[in-house]
Amino acid sequence: MISSAIIFSALELGCIYALVALALFLSFRVLNIADMTTDGAFTLGCAVSATFAVAGHPILGLPAAMLAGACAGSVTAFLQTKLQIPSILAGIITNTGLYTVNLAVMGFSSNVNMMKAATVFSMVQPILGKTFCKLIPVAILTLCVGFLLALFLKTRLGLSIRATGDNPDMVRASSINTGFTITVGLCVSNSLTALSGAVLAQYQKTADINLGTGMVIIGLASLIIGETLMPKGKTWVKILGAVLGSVVYRFIIAIALRMDLPSECLKLISATIVALAIGLPAIKAGLKPATAKGGK
Amino acid sequence: MLKISNISKTFNPGTINEKKALTNLSLHLEKGDFVTILGSNGAGKSTLFNAIAGSFPVDSGDIRLDGQNITSLPDYKRSKFIGRMFQDPLKGTAPNMTIEENLALAYMRASSGTSPFSMISRADRKDFRERLSQLGLGLEDRMNQPVGLLSGGQRQALTLLMATMVTPKLLLLDEHTAALDPATAEKVLALTKQIVAENGITCLMITHNIPSALSLGNRTIMMNNGSIVLELAGQERADMTPEKLLKVFHQQGISNDRIELSAE
Repeated sequence: MISSAIIFSALELGCIYALVALALFLSFRVLNIADMTTDGAFTLGCAVSATFAVAGHPILGLPAAMLAGACAGSVTAFLQTKLQIPSILAGIITNTGLYTVNLAVMGFSSNVNMMKAATVFSMVQPILGKTFCKLIPVAILTLCVGFLLALFLKTRLGLSIRATGDNPDMVRASSINTGFTITVGLCVSNSLTALSGAVLAQYQKTADINLGTGMVIIGLASLIIGETLMPKGKTWVKILGAVLGSVVYRFIIAIALRMDLPSECLKLISATIVALAIGLPAIKAGLKPATAKGGK
Repeated sequence: MLKISNISKTFNPGTINEKKALTNLSLHLEKGDFVTILGSNGAGKSTLFNAIAGSFPVDSGDIRLDGQNITSLPDYKRSKFIGRMFQDPLKGTAPNMTIEENLALAYMRASSGTSPFSMISRADRKDFRERLSQLGLGLEDRMNQPVGLLSGGQRQALTLLMATMVTPKLLLLDEHTAALDPATAEKVLALTKQIVAENGITCLMITHNIPSALSLGNRTIMMNNGSIVLELAGQERADMTPEKLLKVFHQQGISNDRIELSAE
């Protein structure tokens, strides 16, 4: 029922979208911020990477997309830390503005076709062969990013970012500027989201203005699936969980598609998964006899 | 050392909730002073600490520390040289991070020269271990456990260590033993005395306990309605008893059950 082609594409897409799950791990879990910039930053990555690839620079397109994503993150961080706009609203504002920016990057067209352009995948195909030319690069990229993220969170800067999400009172008393740590965190997370979009655009040889819609929910669903699959533990276990969750999510989608579920239904399914998973503690508490609410 | 001149702070000015929290308050501390602060609830003790730590800007007056005017310095910059502890043991540590990581954060306060990308080194770890063992709580063997697993007393002792790890110029203790059980409070207080004495830290401590306010440190001040109403030092302080101080309290029109109970 499931062919090897389906397995391969689920693994490939799982690795690519895992970057979004890692980004949300940083913003949602570590910094405790629901970053709504994600959708727009993903499309921004797609648009920048596609435009660079069409211009003949597919490799340069990836760091350029990351840089663009980091800029988007810094705008959200600025709105939040300097202008005191609530974090969710700050992300939505940036996201809304990014729609126009993304169109502009794609030359005010709603999509970019890269059928004739060289991509990073077409460049490595002669070396890796047709079967593995997509899976190997994306798997290596995702594992490297995951490893670097785990390492980053152990540095002094990474510790400050983690503490900012964990106990802001304490952080200010240890001479850490929370405005700065939030900015760094959101820049890094959005650069990862944009990288994911950048790789996806070259993977499917097309960029579209709507590619990022609902990305924050897909990323969260992957993150939460990973958290339920992996044991609670150290940072690197959680990071591995995010990657695993993303791959599992893609397999769920692949199976759903095989069962002739219309692809339009997927977003509703994702939304339901996320709502149930995040609401699970409250649902469990609701089913038990009422007890005093516990603290943190 | 610490020179507070005529600071005032009014919350919600011009509204029905207007509250004059500090009025023309001045306080001068010499290096090594250990001042205990008494006062009823709402006397402005915590507001004074917030003003010194920079949690909000004061309306007027200025605050100088070691000759440097810190009146308009943001809180995170002041915390480079001002250590602070709260009554709530949950406020001073990051619960989902390990003991070791919390200590590393505290250690960063003064080590501005190190790279933000450096990690906890073996030497750091050894140093942390040694300091933790001085607390006598066995925490040195639990360095990789999240702080959220510790008891309130252990967390408060850890916070004390973190606040004094890099010797601060000034230490602010806001009833830091009030939420602990008596035996643990005793232990944390003893640790406080020891650490403050060993490092000669200038210290301000808020307490509701008259006997400990008189026995700890070298000066005692009493606050009411945002001002200092009584200062005790030297012989006058040595001759003071909890009963006599309670009388002064009543003369000032201050009543506070917690303080009265503590004097008995």
